[in-house]
Amino acid sequence: MELPQLHLALVGTPNSGKTSLFNALTGSRQKVANYPGVTVERKEGFFVTPLGRQVSVVDLPGTYSLRGRSPDEEITRDFVLGKASGETAPDLILCVADSTNLRLTIRLLLELKRTGRPMVLVLNMFDIASRRGITVDVERLANELGVPVVTSIAVRKGGTADLLALTDEISAKLAAEPGENNWRVLSVAELRATQREADRIIADCVSLPSRPDTWTARIDAIVLHPVGGLIVLAAILFVMFQAVFAWAQPLMELLNSGFDSLGEFVHATLPAGLLQSFLQNGVISGVGSVIVFLPQIIIIFLFILLLEDFGYMARAAFLMDRIMGGAGLHGRAFIPLLSSFACAIPGIMATRVIDNKRDRLTTILIAPLMTCSARIPVYTLIISAFIPAKDVWGFINLQGLVMFGLYAAGIISALAVSFLIKFFMLRDYAPAPFMLELPDYKMPRLKSIAIGVYTRAKMFLHRAGTTIFSMMVLIWFLASFPQPPVGATEPAIDFSLAAIIGKALAPLLAPVGFNWQIAVALIPGMAAREVAVAALGTVYAIEGGKEAAEQIGQVLATKWSLATALSMLAWYIFAPQCASTLAVIRRETGSWTWMAVTFAYMLVLAYAASLLTYNVAVAFGAG
Amino acid sequence: MTDIHDTRPHMPLGLAQRGYTGVIQHLSAKDAGSALSDIELESRLIELGFVEGARVEVLHEGLVGRDPIAVRVDSITIAVRRREAMAIIVA
Repeated sequence: MELPQLHLALVGTPNSGKTSLFNALTGSRQKVANYPGVTVERKEGFFVTPLGRQVSVVDLPGTYSLRGRSPDEEITRDFVLGKASGETAPDLILCVADSTNLRLTIRLLLELKRTGRPMVLVLNMFDIASRRGITVDVERLANELGVPVVTSIAVRKGGTADLLALTDEISAKLAAEPGENNWRVLSVAELRATQREADRIIADCVSLPSRPDTWTARIDAIVLHPVGGLIVLAAILFVMFQAVFAWAQPLMELLNSGFDSLGEFVHATLPAGLLQSFLQNGVISGVGSVIVFLPQIIIIFLFILLLEDFGYMARAAFLMDRIMGGAGLHGRAFIPLLSSFACAIPGIMATRVIDNKRDRLTTILIAPLMTCSARIPVYTLIISAFIPAKDVWGFINLQGLVMFGLYAAGIISALAVSFLIKFFMLRDYAPAPFMLELPDYKMPRLKSIAIGVYTRAKMFLHRAGTTIFSMMVLIWFLASFPQPPVGATEPAIDFSLAAIIGKALAPLLAPVGFNWQIAVALIPGMAAREVAVAALGTVYAIEGGKEAAEQIGQVLATKWSLATALSMLAWYIFAPQCASTLAVIRRETGSWTWMAVTFAYMLVLAYAASLLTYNVAVAFGAG
Repeated sequence: MTDIHDTRPHMPLGLAQRGYTGVIQHLSAKDAGSALSDIELESRLIELGFVEGARVEVLHEGLVGRDPIAVRVDSITIAVRRREAMAIIVA
């Protein structure tokens, strides 16, 4: 007989190892979506118990209490109480604790008990606790708390066996009706009382370490040093960007030549005509030009997840808090802004760790100014076509220097915008508190990180396969139809819809040095910035003949002036057009206004920067 | 219970230097000048383990204005700005 599916929910404080337990239980059988109406990531996974029961488990956002002071924490509260819209209440709550650090979790558990839901306390990272000489009287703890307690080592194979067995045991005798819900928002006195109770229980059941964690203290002595810490942070960021640009290169070239060969194969196999043009210019070169960025996306997420898992991200926020505070940003904005270098979408979604609305709004507004990886292809293409690869001062590569300058321009304008927002718009604003746990350092769990990177890579490929693919089909269609009349001598594209649209927009963009081909390319660039490169490729390929797409850089070098190229670079520092980012901003802020504000201010900045760059360049004779 | 901490003068943790160790005497959110309401600030501090009797040690300070501070609270480390730490009265 098939057993009914069991619904579990993981609840715990931040840094309790909840996510690595979730990964250990479910492996890659995960589904990432959003809760209805809010952009809080909903992570659900599936596994089967030893007795063959199907289990679904939801990894709820980390929280210290059920008060719900941010959208994340509200989800956790509503989910536990069975009030989240469209969700069934969990059959069993797994309250996950870091065994080396029980104080805050035991307090949370005492609060959770009031909800009357069946619950188990999972003492995670039990191996680390044992190694540090912490001993826990598990049986006594279970008696004192009145809930079953089980130990687990999420990172070790078989480390969750006890938990799985207990899940079977409990689910066999789960009462049809959960206990009565007595939970309400705790007063300060009640909070204090539960913390006292938690401390008493811990004193009775846990013997504290004879060997404290000296590694964390030693690492922090360097990493949190007021000056040394900033140097370490700069070094980490340098290695990260070096990795994104240098280490990813061979893989990207491999992918690139793979797509080129595929395109040539199609070109050679199919008869000349619409189908051949569609597959080679539309599908393969279009989608290929985006998938090429997969290595960079993987590397940047690998770094972010590694640093997060190691425990460094909270330190980075600590170091940057006052420095960013000068520009009106919160220390916690550092991580979302760092993620925005990969892509503004995960960056903007990550701003939900900022619980103050105004701090969060400022961070959301400037996140798209961080140079996302989608701009890399545009930069690389133009730089390699127009900037000579010579050394300046003997050791600095000029191309690299221009690239660095573009990144710096993005960061500086982000800080400037943030400062202006603070100064003009949110004037009556008192700085929000910065309170953050600095967890002990832990060896990153490779399997858990691999699962995290895999999930992100899958999301990126999914986007490339849907949004970007359909945009490429559209741009190919616009550039190919209507077909030129028989006997026409001009290039085919001059008769297309794309040319009509591009030429209509061209007068608006002429002051910044853009021709109609660029105007055409900026339109599909709305879907994703990197598509602009593919679109330029398609436009010039259809214009110039079949072979041209492979040397798009050389084509640009002959068709554009240096001033136009520089103007295009300046435009892309701001590049307002990215429909997905705008959609995320609308969802996160819950307002069309802020989306419109973002689009408008970035458009104005882009136009102004290009106008300035173009005219200065022309004045210096680069026109 | 006689403890050296009972005889030391009370002071806000927000004024403590790096290396300071002490015991939390009480919380006084209304004097802190935080952007949060008194109840909210006090609740958050308790949720992060700042309760009466907890041992605290100031481990690290930031570069600008020696702010924020990293405080060891019994067995965990919490980063907090000095402005909020003014609500924690130690001795």
